[in-house]
Amino acid sequence: MSENKIIYMDNNATTRVYQEVLDAMLPYFKDQYYNPSSMYSPAGAVHKEMEKARGEVADFLGCDPIEVCFVSCGSEGDNMAIRGTIEAYPTKNHIITTRVEHPAVIETCKSLERLGYRITLLDVDNDGNINIDDLKKAINDNTAIVSIMYANNETGVIFPVKEIGEIVKNAGAVFHVDAVQAAGKLPLIMKDEPYIDMLTIAGHKIHAPKGIGALYIKKGTKLRTVQTGGHQERGRRAGTENVPYIIGLGKAASMVKAELPKFIEHTSKLRDKLEEEVLKRIKEVKINGKGAKRVSNTTNISFKNIEGEAILLLLDGYGICTSSGSACSSGTLEPSPVLQAMGVPFEYAHSSTRFSLSLDNTMDEIMYTADAIEKIVARLRDISPYRD
Amino acid sequence: MWEYTDKVKDHFINPRNVGEIENPDAEAMTGSIVCGDALKLTLKINKDTEVIEDAKFQTFGCASAIASSSILTEMIKGKTLDEAKKITNKDIAMELGGLPEEKMHCSVMGMETLEKAINNYRGINVEEDEHDEGAIICKCFGVTDTKIKRAIRENNLTTVDEITFYTKAGGGCGACKVKLEDILNEELAERERAQKNAPLTTVQKIKKIEEAIETVINPMLKMDGGSCKLIDIEGNIVKISFKGACSSCMASKNTLKGFVEPKIKELVDKNLEVVGV
Repeated sequence: MSENKIIYMDNNATTRVYQEVLDAMLPYFKDQYYNPSSMYSPAGAVHKEMEKARGEVADFLGCDPIEVCFVSCGSEGDNMAIRGTIEAYPTKNHIITTRVEHPAVIETCKSLERLGYRITLLDVDNDGNINIDDLKKAINDNTAIVSIMYANNETGVIFPVKEIGEIVKNAGAVFHVDAVQAAGKLPLIMKDEPYIDMLTIAGHKIHAPKGIGALYIKKGTKLRTVQTGGHQERGRRAGTENVPYIIGLGKAASMVKAELPKFIEHTSKLRDKLEEEVLKRIKEVKINGKGAKRVSNTTNISFKNIEGEAILLLLDGYGICTSSGSACSSGTLEPSPVLQAMGVPFEYAHSSTRFSLSLDNTMDEIMYTADAIEKIVARLRDISPYRD
Repeated sequence: MWEYTDKVKDHFINPRNVGEIENPDAEAMTGSIVCGDALKLTLKINKDTEVIEDAKFQTFGCASAIASSSILTEMIKGKTLDEAKKITNKDIAMELGGLPEEKMHCSVMGMETLEKAINNYRGINVEEDEHDEGAIICKCFGVTDTKIKRAIRENNLTTVDEITFYTKAGGGCGACKVKLEDILNEELAERERAQKNAPLTTVQKIKKIEEAIETVINPMLKMDGGSCKLIDIEGNIVKISFKGACSSCMASKNTLKGFVEPKIKELVDKNLEVVGV
């Protein structure tokens, strides 16, 4: 493998924008620049194309186009769902989420906690699964919304959305699902998941650019507008539509939907091989979340007694792009809250490294990466004062 | 992505003096696996000259922790214990061409481990060492108030975030941040007091005297139609000349010693003497 080639294994951070997606977007920057809300016919044509993209996203999500609300990113979708719901239910003051959510959800809940809302953070077990009984105990008449992720960004662990959703519906609360890391990795068919009231996706995780996302809002869901102003998005989100990016999201959604079976087959084969090689070659390795159901492209591996930022930078030296749950790489001083919630011991937690694959990765890259990891771990363990 | 200097990258990728000296004359370890970094240092010391003849390290930690440890061993080899003891975390960071602010605690770890190793060689009980006294302020990382105060003083820190970057204190649950702020405010007040007592430089004196004349003294003198002006200073002798009504006034000597001098002593420095020219 050439030393200069970049081996990109950080697709849970962001994905390559597909050429077809970029091509579809370009006319809407220059020639088709009209405001889709304007009354003249060139604007009408832009509006029509935008609605076509909404149709493509609806098709991707298995829902009706009027249930798709375009937003600027996954974080905005999560904020809108949670804040809009609690405003819509002024008499309820309780929110349930989990300890392993993305900051877009956890920090939103914490900011509401400061305003007097009560937050329940559900624990997870060593594999990253929640205990359904904890949810049953926590939920009550006061619960406005339950917000959980479909798949975890760090470990790929999939939550039992159906089981959770049924409990939430029986309790009369709103159910929001952060599916940013599930989109493009699992089929998302909203008409088959009627217990989901709202669901967030982000474009840049499915080969559209950064700066666009969508919130699925099931027909009849009570939601107050958080971003007020104009009448765009059926009055649910004010602001002139980001037309080129919406077109890009539509194109990406239809491409990713078509290639989903291939994606699952390809990435699971590569991911399983990477794990097999690492486990075979290196002692004292832990694959975080391996005991749970996971999306096919993600593996989160910890190596005892070494530190993740050092691993990440040495992998970078091999041209391999990954991410780390270590404290030192994030600028905070504590290792990943997700791994801490899973009870991963400290001698493992500091070294967690996430490899997240796409259709672009090859088996050669996997073998090259396994070789690199083997050398890096041996080298860092040689420097470490901890050894067994 | 961190902005590491080429020297940090070099010492991270090609660390010098990795390992453990057999039967070392001195050794020390700081940090822990819970905290995310740890350094073990072993030294070979010439008993007669106290020169550090060899130094080796083992580090669990990120790139800057490894680089800080590596450069530390290079810096101390060939130095006497007294010379080595003077090395501060700033020296380590400087030798690396600088560290990202968030990573300064890596250089602190180097300094502390070296001190601990020297104390260990000299038979100083680590528990009695001044830096390990004091109350634990940050429970997540076990950081004491003495360590925090020392980092503030030696590195001229001015914010709570900086304390976290240099000592890790406050970087976990964050519950101690209020206490950190109290310690910081105390230290800043202390620093200000110290600066006030410290002798002023000539330029500082000139500036402060002119400010006192302009804002306090002349407005008073102007009521009687006069004013004064700073002509020169020599050591603590301040030479003033009166203008306007004051210059011909017989009472100007009283004004000088009874009003101008006490005001300048009060506002600038009590050691100053004011003379008319």
